[in-house]
Order: sequence, then C-alpha cells, then structure tokens
Amino acid sequence: MAATDTPPPAPSLPSFEAEAQTRAARRNRLLTLPALLIIGIFGVLPLLIILVYSFLEAGPYGGVVWNFSTEAYVNFLFQADIFSDKLTFAPAYLLIYLRSFLFAVATTLVCLILGFPTAYFMATRPPRQRNLWVLLITIPFWSNLLVRTLAIMFIIRDEGLINSILMGMGVIDHPITMLYTNFAVLLGLLYAFLPFMVLPLYASLEKLDFRLVEAAYDLYATRWRVLWRVIVPASLPGIVAGCLLVFIPTLGAYVTPLILGGGTHLMIGDLIAQQFGSGRNWPLGSSQALILMAVVLIALFVYVRNTTGRTPHG
Amino acid sequence: MQAAKLGAETSPREREGAAQEAAPVISIREVSKVFGQGVAAFTALDRVQIDIGQNEFFTLLGPSGCGKTTLLRLIAGFDYPTMGEIRLFGQDIARQPPFKRPINTVFQNYALFPHMTVGQNVGFGLEMLGRPKAEIAGRVDEMLRLVRMEALKDRRTSEISGGQQQRVALARALAPQPKVLLLDEPLSALDYKLRKEMQIELKRLQHETGITFIFVTHDQEEALTMSDRIAVMSGGRVLQIGSAHDIYERPTERFVANFIGETNFLEGQVQGGGSVALDAGSVVPALPPEGFAPSGRVTVVIRPEHARLVPSGTAGSLAGTVSNAVYFGTDTHYHVTLGDGSEFMVRQQNSRASASHEIGAPVGVAIDEGAARMLRD
Ligand SMILES: Nc1ncnc2c1ncn2[C@@H]1O[C@H](COP(=O)(O)OP(=O)(O)OP(=O)(O)O)[C@@H](O)[C@H]1O
Ligand SMILES: [Mg+2]
Repeated sequence: MAATDTPPPAPSLPSFEAEAQTRAARRNRLLTLPALLIIGIFGVLPLLIILVYSFLEAGPYGGVVWNFSTEAYVNFLFQADIFSDKLTFAPAYLLIYLRSFLFAVATTLVCLILGFPTAYFMATRPPRQRNLWVLLITIPFWSNLLVRTLAIMFIIRDEGLINSILMGMGVIDHPITMLYTNFAVLLGLLYAFLPFMVLPLYASLEKLDFRLVEAAYDLYATRWRVLWRVIVPASLPGIVAGCLLVFIPTLGAYVTPLILGGGTHLMIGDLIAQQFGSGRNWPLGSSQALILMAVVLIALFVYVRNTTGRTPHG
Repeated sequence: MQAAKLGAETSPREREGAAQEAAPVISIREVSKVFGQGVAAFTALDRVQIDIGQNEFFTLLGPSGCGKTTLLRLIAGFDYPTMGEIRLFGQDIARQPPFKRPINTVFQNYALFPHMTVGQNVGFGLEMLGRPKAEIAGRVDEMLRLVRMEALKDRRTSEISGGQQQRVALARALAPQPKVLLLDEPLSALDYKLRKEMQIELKRLQHETGITFIFVTHDQEEALTMSDRIAVMSGGRVLQIGSAHDIYERPTERFVANFIGETNFLEGQVQGGGSVALDAGSVVPALPPEGFAPSGRVTVVIRPEHARLVPSGTAGSLAGTVSNAVYFGTDTHYHVTLGDGSEFMVRQQNSRASASHEIGAPVGVAIDEGAARMLRD
C-alpha cells in the first residue's frame, strides 16, 4: 500500500515480493482444499443432481426417467387437464409456499419480540451469571427436536396437560382444540427456533456499552427512545443474524409442521418430502427444492440490503 | 458572545437566583448512598452536604473509591440516593429520571454514539428535546465552533482522536444548555500535554457558557489550578470544602493536608491564647479550624515552604539535624530530624544567597508567622 506513495523502487524488489506472494497464496489454497472438497462433494454435487432431476420425467414407482421435461416447473403453478391437456392455473403448491412464507415471517417476528427482552435480560446480568443463562438457553438442544415436538403434542392435545388442567379446574368443559391447527405449528416453530434468535442477539447486546444507554438517558431520551436510538442500532448485527437463523430453517421446516400440523397444515419441507415419498414424483420434489432455494436467496438479498442500508455508513 | 446568548435564555427563576447571590444551583442535603443489604451493605456516601452556586467551577477531589462517581451519578439521576435530597434551584430532584433533569454529563470514556456522526452526536440532546431541525443545525454548528471541531462534523466518532472525542463529548453535553454540567475525570485518558490544553479549554468554556461545572478528579494539581471551590472526599464523606487556597493553606483534617501537597505534622499541647507547645521544643501560634475548640493534645500542620533553616540555636526555632537533602533545581528539600524524633521537611528556594546545609549538621527550623494550623483530626 505504502509502495504507491514512494518513488518506484528497484525493479528486482517487487518481482521478488510478487513471487513470495504467489507462493504464499498457493500454500493457502492448498490448506483450503479439504474444506473445498467437502463442500464440492456434499454441497454442490447434490445440488447439481437435483437440478438435473428437476428437468427429467418422473418414474412410475419413484426415481426418474431420462427424458428432458419442464413438466416439474410447469406443474408447480399449472395443472394439465386429463382429457384436453389444457393447462389451468392451480395455486395449491403456491399457497403452501405462501403459507410457509407467512409462518416463517410470523415465527421470525415473534421470536424477535420474545427474544430481544430475553437477550437483554441475559446481557444485563453480572458477567459471571451470564454463562449460566447461555447454558440454560441451549438446554433444549440436548434432546432431539422430534422428541421435543412430540412432547409439545402431548401438552396441547385434547386430552393433554393444558386441557386436563383447565377442565379439572372447571375453567372449561370442552377441551380447546390446539393440536393440528396453525397455532400448534406456530408454537412448535417458535419453540424450536427461539434459541437461534436469542443467542446472536445476546452476543451483540453483551458487547453493548451500557454507558451509551446512560448517555442517551442523560441527553433527554426517554426509555423508549433509548431503545430505538441506541440499543437497537447497536445490536443490529445480532438482529440481522438472528432473523436469518430463524427465517431460513423455518421456511424449510419439516418435522414440526408434520407432527403438529397433522398433515393438514403442510409447509414446503413436508411438500418436498412428500414428492420423494408417497408422491413418487422426484422431479417435482427437486424443482420445489430449487424454488425454495431461490425464494430464500431472494428474500435474503432484499433483507440484507434493507437492513444494512438503514444504518448510516453501513 | 456565547455567554450573552446563553444569558438571554435564562429563566426568571435563575435570574432571581443570581440576584440573591447566595441561592445555590445545586444543593446536596444529607445524601447517603448504601449499596447492597445486610452484612454486604456498603456505605459509598455518608451524609454528604454540598451547596454549589451559579457559574461555579466546583471540583470533587479524592482518592479512588471515595465515592466521587457515585455522587455524580446521583446528581445525574443514574442512581438514587438511599437518603437525603438533591435540590436543583430549591426543588428536590433526587427521584427524577435523568431525562427530566436539566443536567448533562461528560463521561470519563466519552460514551459517544458509535453509529452516529460527530454532528449527530452533538445534536442528539436537542433532538430528544424535540427542538426544530433548523435550531438543532444552528446550535450544532455553534457548539462545534465553540470546541473548535467544525471541520469534523460529518466524521464518524471512531474516526477522530481521543482529544477530539473529548471535545465532541463536551459539545454534546453543552448543546442542550444544561443548568449544570457534570464531568467525571474527563481528562484522565489524555496525555499530559493534551490534558494541560484541555484544562485551559474547559475553563474557557465554563467562562463563556456561564454553566455550573461539577468536575471530578483525583489529580490534586488539576483540582487546585482549575477550581473555584473544591470538596475533598474520603471514604464517602466530604472532609472539607473551600477554595484551592483554603484547602491548601488551611486544611482542617490530617487527610486533607496529606492528600494535597506535602506537609509536616507536629504533635503538641494546646496552650491558652491560640498557641501550641510543640513536643519538638518550641511554642508556636496556631489557629484552630473554624468552629473547633481544641484542648489537650493536637496536631499542627505546617507546609514545607512556610519554614526556613536558620543557624542552630536561633531563638524560637526548633532544633534538629539535617538527615537528607534532595536537590530539585529551583529548590532543595531538606529533611530535618527534630528533638522529639519527628521528621520535618523544609523546602528552600535555591538562590545564590541561600546557604546549603550538610547532612548531619545541626540546624534550627524557624516557622513563618501564622503558618501553623491546628487540625481537627
Ligand atoms: N453499583 C455498586 N455496587 C456496589 N458497590 C459500588 C457500586 N458502585 C460503586 N460502589 C462502591 O462504592 C465506592 C465508591 O465508588 P465510586 O465509583 O464512586 O468511586 P470513585 O471515587 O469514583 O473512584 P475512582 O476515582 O476510582 O473513579 C467504591 O468502593 C465502589 O466499590
Ligand atoms: Mg470514578
């Protein structure tokens, strides 16, 4: 960098430097090889397979027939009439995507609203207590998601814990139906993904200099304004990370909507799984997986652009 | 120009206060602060009593942990006193949140908002007060001019030096025209030269804005050179309040005398007519602190520059032998062991006329008229 300001040095020196640099670069590339191999074999290759499959015909009992076809993509939005082969608009899949998207947005928002005070509470504990709180937040990860989701099922079903207690106390005389509703799915998603919101939020709130909060109070900012003008901007990286970590896996969630939605409140993940299972339409499943990816990428792009654009100098 | 502008905006109550002269801006009444409870309870402030007047540069001076920051935080409103009242123009504000107090703080580490520019930082207080945009813009420029930072208005706060951050913090705290400005060791993070510059700058700002400054430091030199009045604190208590001259020349307690400058303590017996018979063998006139009637044994304090070395045996002098002499260029510090075994230091200016004294030589120590003061202890 400094070399641009100084008069051109002897020609031998830069060439020697350049040589040393290329050697260092070569060595670095060699070190990244194992990681690149793993990503290549288990990341890119399957994606290519899915891409190829999505343009093939479905085999009668699953698998693919090697004929080029765009049917999988057309079927995403349209349905061919059995007799006339005429295409009619069929929004069934699109609606599931839309539902999933809404579920993901709702889950992210509720996680943010619930997670922020939690993370703030954790970050304002005395330093030695904080690790304990982090540990408590990670306790759910110690057991399998499937088991935890089944536990929710036992709590909210008609004969479950909540209804038995309420009926036992005489508050209600018919059980409240919670299982297999949108509420159940949302509850399950919230439960599963809340820690992914709390942890990054905590990480950035912990770094927050609380003297800034005092400074803002001192300069006539009310509590609400301190939150919006100082705390939120300072924890923006955590908010961005937390929202991504919740939104993306929620959009593709599989176990939770399957168990708590009871097969009637499907999300994208279930839809894709169905195509590879009972639907026996691998190309359709492949195309839907790719469409999901495209949706996530677009959402990500828009989101990151907006959130970083809002902070000055971002 | 700044002073005139600010003066025009003072409230009627304030003008009245200035007219009465004696009415304090801030009045701290019997304030105590206890942290924790039960056996873990810790008294950080113990019945503190201070009145600070209009446009005063008031300094809280004391060693680390004596409760300076705690007191400042109570005045700012970040914490509430366990007991007592904090009055602003006669009104108790001790339970008001910080954003309702017309008091601003310059924090020790500046606490500038990192996601805002210099200008946005300075304008923050006015923005929160809901002032019109045009007024804020004008005032921000004015403040930045006051601290000589106009050129860096659009910089981020992370892109300016420590001294510049200091100025921005000052401008930010002054912009809403507080009645009182609190400064918690604002210069301690700066290097020596910059600190000297900022000391002058602070005095200038205080003079130009006419705002009451409450300044915290544990640097006695800083306190002596800058303050109108100083409160010396120790262990949560205010030991003495007075001008720099008062505190230095007429310390009332051993701690104060010891904390500020170098001092000699001599033990003695009180005699009638305001004099003390020193154990070292002479009777010196000494005044007691105000409102203190001494009797029996007392400690007398004498500053090293208020004594002279005289030939051994001079009438009225204390007899002793030179135990050490340290040369400081402009002056020499002589350590003398007196008759009762106590150590006494004499600071003597070096001039061609002044005689030098050998170590081990017998000398007399003559104490200047009126230099000895009794301590409350
Ligand atoms: N929140 C608190 N809880 C318990 N003790 C506290 C708290 N804040 C301060 N203290 C104690 O009160 C005493 C006074 O602290 P304070 O910060 O006011 O000292 P200070 O005079 O500002 O010292 P320094 O010059 O080191 O800044 C200290 O002993 C400190 O440990
Ligand atoms: Mg302090």
